[in-house]
Formats: sequence, C-alpha cells, structure tokens
Amino acid sequence: MTGIQARFKIDWAKFKLDVDLHLPNQGITAIFGHSGSGKTTLLRCIAGLERSQTGHLTVSGEIWQSEQHWRPTHKRGLGYVFQEASLFAHLTVMGNLLYGRQRISGHEKISLEQAVELLGIAHLLDRKPEKLSGGERSRVSIARALAANPSILLLDEPLAALDYPRKQEIIPYLERLHGELHIPVLYVSHAADEVARLADHLVVMDNGRALSSGPLTEMLTRPDLPIRLGQDAGAVFEAIVAEIDDTWHMARVEFTGGSLWVGNQRLSIGSKIRVQVLAKDVSLATALPSKTSIQNILQGQVGSIANDEHPSLALVRVQIGNTMLLSRITKKALASLNVTIHQKIWVQIKSVALMEG
Amino acid sequence: MILLTDSDIQAILLTLRLAGVVTLILLIIGTPIAWWLARTKVWWKSPVGAVVALPLVLPPSVLGFYLLLAMGPNGPVGQFTQSLGLGLLPFTFWGLVIASVFYSLPFMVQPLQNAFEAIGDRPLEVAATLRASPLDAFFTVAMPLARPGFITASILTFAHTVGEFGVVLMIGGNIPGITRVASVQIYDHVEALEYMQAHSLSAVMLIFSFTVLLFVYIWQPSAKKWK
Repeated sequence: MTGIQARFKIDWAKFKLDVDLHLPNQGITAIFGHSGSGKTTLLRCIAGLERSQTGHLTVSGEIWQSEQHWRPTHKRGLGYVFQEASLFAHLTVMGNLLYGRQRISGHEKISLEQAVELLGIAHLLDRKPEKLSGGERSRVSIARALAANPSILLLDEPLAALDYPRKQEIIPYLERLHGELHIPVLYVSHAADEVARLADHLVVMDNGRALSSGPLTEMLTRPDLPIRLGQDAGAVFEAIVAEIDDTWHMARVEFTGGSLWVGNQRLSIGSKIRVQVLAKDVSLATALPSKTSIQNILQGQVGSIANDEHPSLALVRVQIGNTMLLSRITKKALASLNVTIHQKIWVQIKSVALMEG
Repeated sequence: MILLTDSDIQAILLTLRLAGVVTLILLIIGTPIAWWLARTKVWWKSPVGAVVALPLVLPPSVLGFYLLLAMGPNGPVGQFTQSLGLGLLPFTFWGLVIASVFYSLPFMVQPLQNAFEAIGDRPLEVAATLRASPLDAFFTVAMPLARPGFITASILTFAHTVGEFGVVLMIGGNIPGITRVASVQIYDHVEALEYMQAHSLSAVMLIFSFTVLLFVYIWQPSAKKWK
C-alpha cells in the first residue's frame, strides 16, 4: 500500500476530530482550514504527538498506529516543522542540524549538505539561534527537519509567525523543496495564497472533519468549496511559456485548452510556470466581445453554477479543454445572460498571476 | 578580627562535608521528583508537591523528632538498618545526612521544577520528532536548558544545609567531628559564654550566606536567555 492512510477519531469535551483520508505519496498536500478546524491536531496525530482514542495510520506501507499498535514519535522517521521555529537555544545552528542527524539509521534520502544548501543557511552554521532573524530561524528549522532524513515532512504553518516580507523570503525555499524532494510533504495552512502557490493536493478541513480531499487544480475550481477561500477563490494550473513579445513586454503561456498573454517577468521560452486566475477577475459573455481592453478571451463550456458567500454572487465553473476556471459574477448578470449548464460561453480574464513552477 | 579554634575549623569542615554530600544526593533524588512534578497531570501531583514543600513550614524540631522516632531502635527505619547490620543512624554522620536530605528537599525540587516547567513541552516534542527517545531528550535537551535551575537549586540546597540547626540537634546531637556542625558549635560557644568565639564563627557564616545569595541573584538575570 502506498501513500498515507490516516483515520483518526478524537472526542474531547471542546474539540472533535473525525477524519478518514488517503493522501498521495509525493508532492505537497495542503491541509487547509480556519483556526480550530482541526488541521494542526490532524498533523500532530500523524506525528504521534497527539494520541487519538481510535485511529489507524499507515505511511508508505508501515503501520504507525492501529488498534493494537502505537509507534512513538521518535521511531516514526518523520520531519516536523512547528509554527514557531523552536530551535534548541543551547545549541548552535549546526548543533541543531546534527541533533536529528546523529540519531538516524537506514538509507539516506537527503544529505546534510543538501539540507543546508536547499535552505541557504551555510553561512549561519556557527551561530546561536538567538543571533538569527525570524526568517533565518524558520529556514534552520526546516533544514533541521530535513537533515533527520525523514520519509515524510510535516509542516505546521511554518510561515504563520512571520511578517509579510519574511514570508516572501521563505516561500521560494518551500517551492524549491517542492521541486527537489521526493518525499511527501503535508503542509498545514490557513492562507489560501500559500496553498495555491505550493500545493499539489488539497484537503479542506472544517470543524474537525475533512470536507474534501483531491488534486489542487480540481479542488480550487469546485464551486461548492471555493467559498472557504473567500476573496482568493480561483483556479491554479500549469502552463508553458510559448512566446515572448519584447515590444509589449508580454509572454504567451500555453495550457491544456488554450493560451494566455501575461506580463513578461524574465520568463524564458519552454519554462514551466504556475498560473493563478482568481474568480473575481473572470467575467463571462455569450458572444465574442469586440473592442475590449481585455486581452485574454477564451471559449469554454459551463460546468456548474453555485452560490457564493454573498447572496448576490454566484460562482460559475467553466471548462476550457482540460482546465477549469472559476468566474464570480452577480446572480443578476447570470439571469440576464441566461447562463445554463453545458452552454458554450466566452470567458474574459482581466488578470493572471504567475507563480514559480 | 576573626579567630577560629581547631574545633571551629573542624565544625566548618564537617558542615561543608555534610552540605556537599546532601547536595549530591539531592541532585540524584530531587531531579526525577522535580521532573515528574513538572510534567505529570495526575490529580495526586498536588499532595506530593505539598509533602515535598512540608519542610519549608514545619519546625525543624518536629521533622527531627519524627525522623528520630523512625530511625530509632523501635522505628521502622531503625529496625531495617539493624537487620542489615548497620546499627542505628541517629547520632551518626549518615543519620544526619538522611535527615538533611528530607530537610533540604524543597530547596532542590522547587527551583528545578520551575526550570523544567519553564522549558515547556515544545523542545521535548521537537526532540521526539528528531528521533530522541524520552530519556535521550531529558539528558540532551531538558537538562542543558534547565542548567540555571540546576545551579540555583544546588546553591540553595547547599546553603540551606549549612544553616541547619534544629534537625541536627534532634538527630545528631553534638558529637565533635561527627555531628557537631558550625551552627551547633556557635550555640555551644554562646552557652559557654565564649562570645568572642561565637562572634568569629557567626561572622564566617554571615559572610558565607551573603556571598551565596549574592551569587544566586547575580546569576538569575543571565539565566533568562536560556529559557
């Protein structure tokens, strides 16, 4: 059995958790939800830091928890990054990295040098944690978890304690992990933008339950779920840079179903990028609009229509090739255009955000 | 001017030896008790904590009286030591050591318990995720992080044992070289109206006590950065 099978049931006076999940064995799985939705508790159950009354957990074929069996945290072969960096104050950065490193056995998946290099902390090794900035501490704590040669990496809102510039400093490192690590990563977050940038697979938690679990690109365009993402509802998909127009500083990116013009930001032809299109930036038209400032107009088919948070708004899912886009329009517009399911429709995209691939 | 007689010096050396042995024993006994008190969530933690703190409020003569009964020929401890062929503990150096261990217990346990509580769960959870067993994490994370607590607890235990009087009189009596510690020696001097001798020894004790406390208070602020 591959992947992660996790079934937990907790029934505390103030908190309940009841999940039964099958998560992929590779890539980044985001566990998304409001605070108090149970996402951190789920991660702690997987790590063995919390013990659920009943539960079953299998990671890459190894049983970590069952009715008869409980494997303590220190024998689980995982890496865990806590919300606060939680470095050992009595050790240097190197001492922190070596703490887990010295206690591992078995096949080495990540070398110490690789962990240091991936997080860019080679110049910090001799320092004490008190002499590091907040962002540096976060990077060291991620490197420390990697240096312990984990077969799964668990990240509990590693960016939550950081201010905006520090977050922007760390995210590129997390994106590198995504590209270079071959272990599954579970990433707990309540920030939709982080999830959209990093995740391949998404679990949405609410009230101790997993509302849904599936590939990110599918999940973000499910009209019954984006409500949880609020203003950040939208679609994320991969595209390849196909053409660069130096006159207008634009680039054309191709995805399965069409292509989009985006502002060129040092892109090179052939490179793979992630594109985010927010639902609020997508409008619909029943005929091909002419004389419009909008450059990206595509034809698609209406997949589904759902209510949005506000009673005046609707979320329409439009399929373009294999790619799903979300459009947030008013119900009044929906009625006057007479939009129905399976109808062919023109999609106008006002803005596209690029993320690293 | 400080003038010490040979018997004064003998009393001081005995006092230091007693305090040193008691501090070592309490480091070994007190650390697990403090660790348990800091970590456990069971309901009977509070009664245990109260028993540990009892010597803080109990008159030393009361503690000494009960220990004397227990270690005496008819007491349970006395019967046990006799059956082992060790004889009776009262009026011996080791009897004094055992009594002092009880008497100074809170001075070791409470600073350590505070230090362990200040560390919290997180560093130990981190250690567990980095493959350290609970015992491993105790020695490699909890103990180094609680280092200021260990220093404070050891100094206070040592100093408190030096200042002992009531328990010593009850258990140890006043045998030169065996149980006559500095505080008893001062009492003897006063009883014999040797005020000059009492002054000298008292001054030594005063300077010692002040120096110890000064060291503890100077140490405290720098302790914070470890937490």
